[in-house]
Amino acid sequence: MEVLINAAYLVASAMFILALKRLSSPRTARTGNLIGALGMLIGVLATLLHRSILSFEGILIGIVIGSGLGAVMALRVPMTAMPQMVALLNGFGGAASAVVAIAEMERLHLHHSIAQASTALTGSIAASVIIGTITFTGSVIAFAKLQEILSGRPIVLPFHHGWNALQGIAILALVTLLLLQQRVWPEATVLELFYLLTAISAVLGVMMVIPIGGADMPVVISFLNSLSGLAAASTGFVLSNYLLIIAGTLVGASGIILTNIMCTAMNRSLPNVLFGAVGAEAHLGGATDRIVRSTTAEDAAVILGYARSVIIVPGYGMAVAQAQHAVKKLTTLLQQRGVDVKFAIHPVAGRMPGHMNVLLAEADIPYDLLYDMEHINPEFEHTDVALVVGANDVVNPAARKDASSPLYGMPILDVDRARTVIVLKRSLNPGFAGVENELFYQPNTYMLFGDARGSLEAIAEALKSV
Amino acid sequence: MSELLFSIFIFTLAAFVGFEVISKVPPTLHTPLMSGSNAISGITIIGSLLIAGKQESPLLALLGIIAVAWAMINVVGGFLVTDRMLRMFRPQRAEKHDGSPD
Repeated sequence: MEVLINAAYLVASAMFILALKRLSSPRTARTGNLIGALGMLIGVLATLLHRSILSFEGILIGIVIGSGLGAVMALRVPMTAMPQMVALLNGFGGAASAVVAIAEMERLHLHHSIAQASTALTGSIAASVIIGTITFTGSVIAFAKLQEILSGRPIVLPFHHGWNALQGIAILALVTLLLLQQRVWPEATVLELFYLLTAISAVLGVMMVIPIGGADMPVVISFLNSLSGLAAASTGFVLSNYLLIIAGTLVGASGIILTNIMCTAMNRSLPNVLFGAVGAEAHLGGATDRIVRSTTAEDAAVILGYARSVIIVPGYGMAVAQAQHAVKKLTTLLQQRGVDVKFAIHPVAGRMPGHMNVLLAEADIPYDLLYDMEHINPEFEHTDVALVVGANDVVNPAARKDASSPLYGMPILDVDRARTVIVLKRSLNPGFAGVENELFYQPNTYMLFGDARGSLEAIAEALKSV
Repeated sequence: MSELLFSIFIFTLAAFVGFEVISKVPPTLHTPLMSGSNAISGITIIGSLLIAGKQESPLLALLGIIAVAWAMINVVGGFLVTDRMLRMFRPQRAEKHDGSPD
């Protein structure tokens, strides 16, 4: 039986790798996801054969509750709320790993064998509970910010970084104590130490995410994604289960890659995002006395209708206004007039990696019209109109030109190089980085103020009579 | 100790495979990658099942049920929502649903 179970785990591991491999193209991705789900099913079924499983009652209760909640969440969540959904899923994964670690510790205590446990086991349990708990509480805060239960603005306490550092030191000290004293101190004391460790990790998760602003969310979600994988991997170390180690590590690697891509796209390092808390103060580049050309939907329709090429640049504003279907409508109308329409996607547009792509896919816009930053940037100077839908910092030319700007050095979409720029925006308020946008004052830029969805619908309506 | 060493061995190799495979995922699929990999990190379900099934004490049974439920939300929610997203990704050619050529 043992051999059979392990063979099944091997198959499941291979299927997870295959699943991720098939995510390299939208054509194969869906079957890839299915292969991953099958791998999970195989892993679960094989585990149920394990001889140590005596009762299926608790398992059944947990599976029914979990599957029910998971299915309801997955089927009902609107696409615009996907960042919150992913944050929550990250958190539950971390929580499950932490609970497994706590249960393993309680099991040692039940058999009065904490003193006999190897240093490797106790260390793995500690790692699992630390990473899992930080992932859980951090993700809950990220969820609350994205769901706007908490303010999306950075929340910074007095001596915030000092407290965080203190907690980090406390965690290291407690782990060291745990490993050194597990054979010396009474079991009850060691267990108390363990719960203290769990509690401090929980607080650290909250403290780490709470000072981070909305625009930095893509980095945070990617990082928490990575942690949820590493939590599972460390649970694998606890149980000496290679399937857990492999699957958890794959996810950990995925999250780290995404975190890295997001950081590069913001020209910042991970410590800078986690501990920088920028965006707290506004930086106004003395641009207040300059002229802004505002336009009407009718004029915008004329400009767009007679263009040969249009590049649409979506940002978080499109998600907030739920304007993706209006974007699709306008795209179709323009294409019917023979206008070449493309989309330029900045890696950190929105609140999570790939956020814009999912929204545009929902609106049935084919993915081959969507271009990455490197591929679309050379095209702006040959483009008649760049239409910016609720994007701000990712199109701010100050990132290229103004060495004093906090955005300086961040790779941006070179929207300002298009012949005409139309910006759909609610007001002139600066973006999340709190930086004035030079683009809005350019002589070839027209601002169309208002809700992005309303503006797009008005343009589409006006376009019919152009 | 050799058990730990072997685990580290597996961990290191898996990390290399992960970096290799995932760096080929295009930006367009980054959200499904996150939710899909999230579902895979629900693999903790295996550890949860072992605890929930052993029934060694009421406390452990309760912890087991909680862990199974949380991991299961992750697994079912993750795979389902990823499928929902991936269903929407269409290339330009497939835009016409009646099957007629462009």
